Amino acid sequence: MSTYTREQVANLVDGKLDWDTTTRMLTMPKDQERFELYLGVLQGRVKWHDRIVLPLGPHLYIVQQAATRRWVTKCGCGHVFCDWKENWKLHANVYVRDTAEAMTEVYPALMAPDTEWQVYREFYCPECGTQHDVEAPTPWYPIVHDFEPDIDAFYRDWLGMPIPERVD
Amino acid sequence: MNKILNKGADLNLGLLGNGKTLKQYRAEVNARTATNGHYNGLDRLELRESDPIGYEKLFSKIRGGLVHARETAKKIAASPIVEQEGELCFTLYNAVGDCILTSTGIIIHVGTMGAAIKYMIENNWEDNPGISPGDMFTNNDCSIGNVHPCDIATIVPIFWAGKLIGWVGGVTHVIDTGAVTPGSMSTGQVQRFGDGYQVTCRKTGVNDTPLRDWLHESQRSVRTPKYWILDERTRIAGCHMVRTMVEEVIAAEGLEAYEKFAFEVIEEGRRGLQSRIKAMTLPGKYRKVSFVDVPYAHEDVQTPSAFAKIDTIMHSPVEMTIRPDATWKLDFEGASRWGWHSYNAHHVAFTSGIWVMMTQTLVPTQRINDGAYFGTEFRLPKGTWMNPDDRRTGHAYAWHFLVSGWSALWRGLGQAYFSRGYLEEVNAGNANTSNWLQGGGINQDGDVHAVNSFEASSCGTGAGAIKDGLNHAAAIWNPEGDMGDIEIWEMAEPLLYLGRTVKANSGGYGKYRGGCGFETLRMVWKAQDWTMFFMGNGYMNSDWGFMGGYPSATGYRFEAHDTGLKERIELGMPLPLGADLDPSHPTYEDNLAAGARVKRDKQCMTTEDCYDNHDLYLNYLRGGPGFGDPLERETDAIVKDLNEGCLLADYALKVYGAVVEQGPDGFWILDEVATAERRAHIRKERLARSRPAKAWMAEERERILAKQASPQVRHMFATSFGLSGKFLNDFRAFWSLPADWTMTEDELGVPSYGAKYRMDLSLMPDVTTVVQVEE
Repeated sequence: MSTYTREQVANLVDGKLDWDTTTRMLTMPKDQERFELYLGVLQGRVKWHDRIVLPLGPHLYIVQQAATRRWVTKCGCGHVFCDWKENWKLHANVYVRDTAEAMTEVYPALMAPDTEWQVYREFYCPECGTQHDVEAPTPWYPIVHDFEPDIDAFYRDWLGMPIPERVD
Repeated sequence: MNKILNKGADLNLGLLGNGKTLKQYRAEVNARTATNGHYNGLDRLELRESDPIGYEKLFSKIRGGLVHARETAKKIAASPIVEQEGELCFTLYNAVGDCILTSTGIIIHVGTMGAAIKYMIENNWEDNPGISPGDMFTNNDCSIGNVHPCDIATIVPIFWAGKLIGWVGGVTHVIDTGAVTPGSMSTGQVQRFGDGYQVTCRKTGVNDTPLRDWLHESQRSVRTPKYWILDERTRIAGCHMVRTMVEEVIAAEGLEAYEKFAFEVIEEGRRGLQSRIKAMTLPGKYRKVSFVDVPYAHEDVQTPSAFAKIDTIMHSPVEMTIRPDATWKLDFEGASRWGWHSYNAHHVAFTSGIWVMMTQTLVPTQRINDGAYFGTEFRLPKGTWMNPDDRRTGHAYAWHFLVSGWSALWRGLGQAYFSRGYLEEVNAGNANTSNWLQGGGINQDGDVHAVNSFEASSCGTGAGAIKDGLNHAAAIWNPEGDMGDIEIWEMAEPLLYLGRTVKANSGGYGKYRGGCGFETLRMVWKAQDWTMFFMGNGYMNSDWGFMGGYPSATGYRFEAHDTGLKERIELGMPLPLGADLDPSHPTYEDNLAAGARVKRDKQCMTTEDCYDNHDLYLNYLRGGPGFGDPLERETDAIVKDLNEGCLLADYALKVYGAVVEQGPDGFWILDEVATAERRAHIRKERLARSRPAKAWMAEERERILAKQASPQVRHMFATSFGLSGKFLNDFRAFWSLPADWTMTEDELGVPSYGAKYRMDLSLMPDVTTVVQVEE
């Protein structure tokens, strides 16, 4: 099994890892310690002190709040969306491209969906405006709760890591 | 005439030499599997543990033999679909029809040919028509597992010392199946009965020789007999090569070792999937969804049946549950009902196809067999488009939604990889692998002909979390994506190339963008009575972007008639050439006759239309979805995209916030300071134009209560509600709708044939269907 340095994982996060190492990562059995290295790299880049429990997206995290030990879903800018078990998108700002004019802003003529069939829902952080997700459903479609991780089983049973304290 | 009974075997001992029927033996294997969850009850891999080197040698010999058979046999074929695109594979099965190993190629058929073998077993083929050494069976029946009728499978039983010890199947994607319209994956027909020539596990050869009645009947049942017969010889040659290889392996290693391997390798495959799930993902529930358009109300879709002339949407939600013990379940509760078109899929086509995708991500291994199937719980509700409950359903273009349905799985797995830090594995999804240029008539050689351009083998791939997707590189259903050589296509099709160019803006925007597709402009040349049609997504995307990235662009249609190009060529005047660079400002029309009839619209699903020589057809192959917020895209990458024709300058500014100008040398220059300012401004614009999600939800709820949506949206929801009380209840709960709120097909004012009255294949006399999923 290959192992990697924190610097290599940091380069991976930046999209700057050399291709030889990237290929090794793709072809060799996975390195279980990656998760801890990854958390370390990400933790070093945020400006707040809450502990990252699980990354959800490039700027979206489940964190343990330093003061309360509550787990919440949080933007990289520091904005807290909601409790970690809720669907963060319900607490985001949304812009729905549901007209031809709005679609034309992002695609040339004929290359965007017909909004009678499909709309785009862009979910932004209400503070920093980061676009965390773009849903492309039909009108009426419920906002999708994409991911409910079983973090306890992941930490305890799969990685053998202590579960960060959680106050519910 | 064939003898009905099997002469080759001792009647008392049966084909297996132990007195059991194949059906009894298969039931025993399944019962042992159910007992402890290990395939065939194998909680130990005795051969592998006692002789690991010997086990690996067996693996290498068999896998090598399968790949060798494919690479050799495909040279027999004349069809560019097989010879250029590699649309074939050979697969080895044990006696009960479970896959041991397969070759490279279109490995979706691991399951489909296995389903055909199981159908023969469950319906007592060993008594009638009999199974003997030297027999050949042919199957392309979609109602028992095939993807679409154009995938023709030849299946050959393998005997050793008078005992049936396995099967080999070979499949090729033929150019034409004699459907209502020409080409391998046709549209227009709305039932099985128009899908083309279908053969149900028919004995088509004895003593290693195809039967003459089969040869005569099959060749006159399709439009392209020369390609058909060479495809058949390809399959037969490959199957016989594999059979010989197995005989040589048994002669060298012994039957006992071979038979142990034939079961242990499947259990090893099951364990391999479980270990990969634990090594790469994390437990939890993942929910994703995808859609695709079925725009049949349009005048350019001509169906034989009035009840099929409706617009609707196919819906594929998936809940992927990864449990703490690293087992998993894929549940498609809520999927829409099958429909009156040719985009339905048998549950085996759906589940087996998923492994094509998984070999490109979760299980990139040469040990491709039924182990992964046994390691997965599938739930495909009966009556959905991926598990129809009516024997009339059409399947000729099942891929219209198979490729789309799986795009949701990419994102589910991508979430797991991303959260765990395996960023190198993240993939936003796959392109909707279209357009399919199809048609037929009299070709440049004066022959009755049909075409299906497999340029769709090279669409854009999804972006990753560390890099862009690949441009015009791949198709999910063929791991060896290749767009094919222009010169070969021009030999196979009476269509000259006036352009073949990367398609700007077709890849989904993002920090890392989806791979761009490409477009080819074709001019009809030396054909007679020629027709063509379009097949792909137009009104909708079937993939989504990922983690802030955008979906790829949708498709659109361009065709031109009465072009005046004959005269323009004679006069040496400029012609429409190259890309349809910016469809907001089209230029092809500048070089067409004033009276040319041009169709430029989003109707990307059409039926056979007439084309004269010098008419034009744009074949636009789609891009892949993007990853991450586009405002984080590196400026160098944006400039590169502009210089390489992957991005139009207007969208560099609008989507990426890149302030650029074109230098005198034609190359683009980016202003870093102005770009940073513009990006900051776009963030403010986002906040200004958006609002809290719950405020928007309150308005959307009012629209739902008023039932304000297009007919196609309402039809999709009505068919999903009709099949799934859970989906309806979840919908009501999310939108806080009254407990009695509902919507049925009856209230939509469009024909609802099939909504209430259906007849499953299992209700036909003397038919035992093989069900391999939870329904």
